[in-house]
Amino acid sequence: MDTSKVAKSNATTAATTKGPNRAGAAATWADERLGLATAMKKNLRKVFPDHWSFMLGEIALWSFVVLLLTGVFLTLWFTPSMGEVQYNGSYDQLRGIHMSEAYASSLRISFDVRGGLLMRQMHHWAAMLFVASMMVHLLRVFFTGAFRKPRELNWVIGCLLLILGTLEGFTGYSLPDDLLSGTGIRAADGFVKATPVVGSYMSFFMFGGEFPGESIIPRLYTVHVLLIPGLLLALIAAHMLLLVYHKHTQWPGPGRTERNVVGYPMLPVYAAKAGGFFFIVFGVTALLGALLTINPVWKYGPYDPSKVTAGSQPDWYMGWPDGALRIMPGLESHFWGITISWNVMLPILVLPVVMFTILLLLPFLDAWITGDKRDHHLLERPRNAPTRTALMVALMTMYGLFWIAGGNDIIAIQLHASINQITYFLRVAVFVGPVIAFVVTRRWCISLQRKDNEMLLHGYETGVIMRSPEGGYSEKHLPLPATRAYAIASRDRDPVLEDHQHTQDANGVPAPSGGRLQALRHRVRTLWYADNVQKPSPAELEEGHHHAEHEHELQASVEGQAADGHQFDGHHLVEDEGLRHH
Amino acid sequence: MRLLNRSAGRLSRHRRGPLAGLAVVLLGLLMTGGLYTVFSPAQAGSAAASEEQIAQGRELFLVSCAFCHGQNGEGIRTQNGNQLGPSLVGVGAAAVDFQVGTGRMPMARPGAQVPRKPQTFNDDEIAALAAYVASLGPGPAIPDESDYSVDGLSDEERQQAITNGGQIFLTNCTACHNFEGSGGAMPRGGFAPQIRGVEPRYIYEALLTGPQNMPNFSNGNLSPDEKRDVIAYLASLEDMPNYGGFGLGGLGPVAEGLAAWVLGIGSLIGVAVWIAAHTTRSTKKKVEA
Repeated sequence: MDTSKVAKSNATTAATTKGPNRAGAAATWADERLGLATAMKKNLRKVFPDHWSFMLGEIALWSFVVLLLTGVFLTLWFTPSMGEVQYNGSYDQLRGIHMSEAYASSLRISFDVRGGLLMRQMHHWAAMLFVASMMVHLLRVFFTGAFRKPRELNWVIGCLLLILGTLEGFTGYSLPDDLLSGTGIRAADGFVKATPVVGSYMSFFMFGGEFPGESIIPRLYTVHVLLIPGLLLALIAAHMLLLVYHKHTQWPGPGRTERNVVGYPMLPVYAAKAGGFFFIVFGVTALLGALLTINPVWKYGPYDPSKVTAGSQPDWYMGWPDGALRIMPGLESHFWGITISWNVMLPILVLPVVMFTILLLLPFLDAWITGDKRDHHLLERPRNAPTRTALMVALMTMYGLFWIAGGNDIIAIQLHASINQITYFLRVAVFVGPVIAFVVTRRWCISLQRKDNEMLLHGYETGVIMRSPEGGYSEKHLPLPATRAYAIASRDRDPVLEDHQHTQDANGVPAPSGGRLQALRHRVRTLWYADNVQKPSPAELEEGHHHAEHEHELQASVEGQAADGHQFDGHHLVEDEGLRHH
Repeated sequence: MRLLNRSAGRLSRHRRGPLAGLAVVLLGLLMTGGLYTVFSPAQAGSAAASEEQIAQGRELFLVSCAFCHGQNGEGIRTQNGNQLGPSLVGVGAAAVDFQVGTGRMPMARPGAQVPRKPQTFNDDEIAALAAYVASLGPGPAIPDESDYSVDGLSDEERQQAITNGGQIFLTNCTACHNFEGSGGAMPRGGFAPQIRGVEPRYIYEALLTGPQNMPNFSNGNLSPDEKRDVIAYLASLEDMPNYGGFGLGGLGPVAEGLAAWVLGIGSLIGVAVWIAAHTTRSTKKKVEA
């Protein structure tokens, strides 16, 4: 650190109090009534670490704010009613057509309310970004191990936010009552009806009678503007409070420990950064809303159960169960007059529940397998938990393949492929792909661990090729900068696994075996850590440095010589040039 | 009334005359023939096609079409019973004009579906081919521009035609061709092609003849006026501005999702990286925090 700029003494004149100013007076007024000073004193100086990946959740937060703002605007004109009206607005192609009030008011917002179409499109784009950024944030948290104790419950809250965000998106998708919305609701009706035994009762309860009825739009509206946003707000508040309470995780580095947070204070640095980021998220959403058409409801026309359009897809976050549905073979069973539609039930009712359960349980599963009960505030690089990283990549691969299946028709026409072949391929790929991804990622991580060790022990590759007097060639390595080496080396060693079956104490008495569950856990844990590369021991590091010094001595004769290959071409002077430094 | 009675009475006096039967038969024949000419579907090349044109068409047909469709357009079956090319007897001039005019025929190779490509023949040659195929058997003729044009209608009628056409389009066409006519997938590599930007004549002919996977929308099924309305609606979609901005290909939520991830999340992560890389420092030189 450059200390020359640090002041060596206090100012020469004694500090004097300035006269009262307006802001100070207002702050005092508020403090005396609300006790803000105590709360602010601590929190305004709260320190957050700096890293781009810590800002992904912020995208979700800010796009939620955009959703609230644009959503309030839309509620001022939207009529959540399935009452039939004749359209007389300014969109020529539909004038005189009978439609629901909900659809007519969507057209009105799009064509007759000033700024309405922009608000509608911004609302929709923000919704897409909201769910997408939650998922990207989730992946960051998982890959860096930020979900570990004490943050497991915040992970659970985050997963609930993801589920609620998805449901909120689906209800919003259904509200305009255009052909696409109606097709979505019709599909949802089918999913509910696929529930064994109670399906048709549930469908009648949902629609207040036979599909489509008159109740579904008003009901979805209440859910969309009141119920789910309320839950989202409450959970977001809980998520943020826990974030403040736990303090933010940080990457390991010099001076960073499990007991501190190194970074910049909330005020002024993070207030500016986060506040600025809000405006950027708002701006990107506004640009998308202004430039790119999303859900052109006027082209879909009003919903009519007898119509459908090619390219009827849900929004992307519902795309993966839709994909599973599209590639599922048509299996049905009949028992005692009851039809079980496996072809709908498995991909839509069972698969998402299973996937979300796995997601919710991941932190607890990880803790159970590793047996790690310590608090973690320092993040782990993805490569240092190869099996964990590979597990998520496998899940991502499965998700991605289901996603592709959800767009199989669009892929078929755009790439001139056969929709049947795509479907057959994906039926196999959703099982095989994740396994391949798991193995490849795991080995990749382990290779990266080896590379880290290589760098710690032998330094980094300089790209300078040396020729020895004997004529042999070698690449010159230089030691890593101390901070970098520290960051790489400050990771945990994997626990030494003992064979629990045959552990004996000093007197030869075998340790009590924990039963089958313990045996399973032991086996899984062995696999979890299998083949991981441990960081070098101090002795190895010492030897590595020793070796490097020896090399340096050998190479000393060329030290300080120009080595960029331009010695003889006369382009520039090279007398002062040393070897390239990192 | 009296006048009518009197003239009927005068006629009635001759009803048993020797020529009465003949006169009635002649009258009946005239009426039947006349009515048939008025109401029967227009026959391809009945008037326009000259012998010379048909002969020219046959020459072209023998060179470019006969390999699959047979030397007399009777179609050819392969040994295992598949069709190499279907019989063209009775497909009419409209089918030829569509298939050859859009470049689909002659086919480059057999496959799941023939794609549209640049025309191989010029307009005269297409007309000659159409005349020849029409001479093989009666079938739908090439529609006249007045069949699908809304130019002759008043503004109000035109608006009505567009609105009506939109409803017919959403009911009959979108299931395969998509809500904007961007096209959709069909089983086994087949596809409903994009119909945005297709000439009205070819849309009309496709409706009339049902090429490839497409069902045939005969005049009984979709009246000529209704066909015209659909074409008017499609033209109105092209004429109207893109209210929401760039259309992303008119493919629906898949393209929108892709844009949200690539443009939206992509740019926001880029900005996040930028914000995290720029922070409060007294000097530009990086200080390890």
